[in-house]
Amino acid sequence: MSKPKFNNPVVKWIDYRLPIFTFMDHELNHYPTPKNLNYFWNFGSLAGIALVTMIITGIVLSMNYTAHVDYAFDSVERIMRDVNHGWLIRYIHMNGASFFFIVVFIHIFRGLYYGSYKAPRELLWILGVLILLLMMATAFMGYVLPWGQMSFWGATVITNLFSAIPVVGESIVTWLWGGFSVDNSTLNRFFSLHFVLPFVIVGVVILHLIALHRFGSNNPIGIDVKGTQDTIPFSPYYTIKDLFGLGVFLTFFAAAVFFFPNFMGHPDNYIEANPMVTPAHIVPEWYFLPFYAILRAIPDKLGGVLFMFGAIAVLFILPWLDRSPVRSSQFRPIFKIFFWVLVADCILLGYLGAMPAEGIYVILSRIATAYYFFHFLVLFPLLPYIEKTKPLPISISEPVLSGAATASAFATREKK
Amino acid sequence: MSKKSDPKNEKDDSKRDFLVVSTYALAGVGAASFVWPLIDQMNPAADTLALASTEIDLSSLEEGQSITVKWRGKPVFVRHRTPDEIKQAKEVLIDDMRDPQADADRVANEKYIVLVGVCTHLGCVPLGQKTGDIKGQYGGWFCPCHGSHYDHSGRIRKGPAPTNLEVPSYKFLSDTLIRIG
Repeated sequence: MSKPKFNNPVVKWIDYRLPIFTFMDHELNHYPTPKNLNYFWNFGSLAGIALVTMIITGIVLSMNYTAHVDYAFDSVERIMRDVNHGWLIRYIHMNGASFFFIVVFIHIFRGLYYGSYKAPRELLWILGVLILLLMMATAFMGYVLPWGQMSFWGATVITNLFSAIPVVGESIVTWLWGGFSVDNSTLNRFFSLHFVLPFVIVGVVILHLIALHRFGSNNPIGIDVKGTQDTIPFSPYYTIKDLFGLGVFLTFFAAAVFFFPNFMGHPDNYIEANPMVTPAHIVPEWYFLPFYAILRAIPDKLGGVLFMFGAIAVLFILPWLDRSPVRSSQFRPIFKIFFWVLVADCILLGYLGAMPAEGIYVILSRIATAYYFFHFLVLFPLLPYIEKTKPLPISISEPVLSGAATASAFATREKK
Repeated sequence: MSKKSDPKNEKDDSKRDFLVVSTYALAGVGAASFVWPLIDQMNPAADTLALASTEIDLSSLEEGQSITVKWRGKPVFVRHRTPDEIKQAKEVLIDDMRDPQADADRVANEKYIVLVGVCTHLGCVPLGQKTGDIKGQYGGWFCPCHGSHYDHSGRIRKGPAPTNLEVPSYKFLSDTLIRIG
């Protein structure tokens, strides 16, 4: 790639000594991007924007928050009532968490549908799963901070998951709590970690981006870029597409913040934590519900915990579970159907996680859990042996330039 | 040092290896001894560990009534059981239970059952202390979080909890006064 020309003498002076402008031009301006990306490719940059929003509002909130069992709940109420624009900042932060997860879940399913986790993007995918795990830990600890009933009992239930570990489980839980129950020590350390983990996420996001820019984005057809005829520069084409998507996203986000700020929350969390009374029905935040349903589907404490963490663990090894050389579902007719079954299965698990653990809900949870693991551990490895994939186009440009006539000569994926 | 490759140098090399290995080992011990305080500070502090004990007067607790007291930040259930409940708790076969334990091993005075009111599954407080509460299929306590049923002796009978409700260490100071802890 040719060196960019800078006219501004100050920029020139700096760039000669610290090539930050060359770097930005290379990665954000000229960065060659497949020309056929659809709107599902917006969700990566949206996730980045959500992360920045959370960090900014979070820092501001921490200036008004008191991490102590006697004051935490009241300090949050003070933010809502007395602090200038406190209600707005908190509602942005609160709903921002939900929207961050919405965006990331769509981003992940995009990757699943178009096979973005396949070689040579395995590490890119694994870093993404790591970000998801960090997000879940951060979100969980953040939910504890307002010290409402759901905060307290959510923290109790989730930390107790570790007591399922044989022999050392109880000691680990006591260590996590810093006492014999969720108490002030727990609240303090959760606040500390909730503050710092987002910056760890930023670090992993940077690695995620370095890995992304090594081979560039995957694309809806899932075949490799053959040359400059298949790409367009990131700016202005994708900067403007990302900005348009951001506008749509912000419309929904603002609607939630201003009109339905508590829609995704739980009313019990506006009751101050009471260690003596468990709410009749403990529900985690909606983005944990599918995992919670898996936890409850297994009628054994350790088994439930293992399956719940296993649901994430299978994502880490997904690049090696899927044996098919074809990336995009567009050319995998059977896989495509099962992809939507998986989406439906995850939504069903989410619904079941919100329902009481009894009767038909338990049975359905078990079926849905079984399907989840069947999909990853059986379907992904075995489907390529049964499925007849459709012929792949020769290049990204070809299906566009030669109309509907795809070159059937290339029945299998071309060599890298 | 290793200018020449003669037998004398091999001796030097093994000396060098020893120095390198022992330096790493010492640095490892040093690092570990520094990391340990950073980890251990998360364990309960001395004031948390200082065992608080709680005394409960049972004289006003009528047959069939329950009270909940706070001990170490956790609820403790005390129930004055009815003769019928005692009979059920004692006569049921314990062989099929997940955590078999005779009722006699769980009480100091069979009229009163004292339990840590924390579900052994994931730490919720089971229902069953108040008159209107759901008490589960076995009439004792029921955890609403994930559906564990406990009997009149606080033993797990159905649901995901792995063990019976914990019996705290306590003793009767008089007929109607107990001290927990």
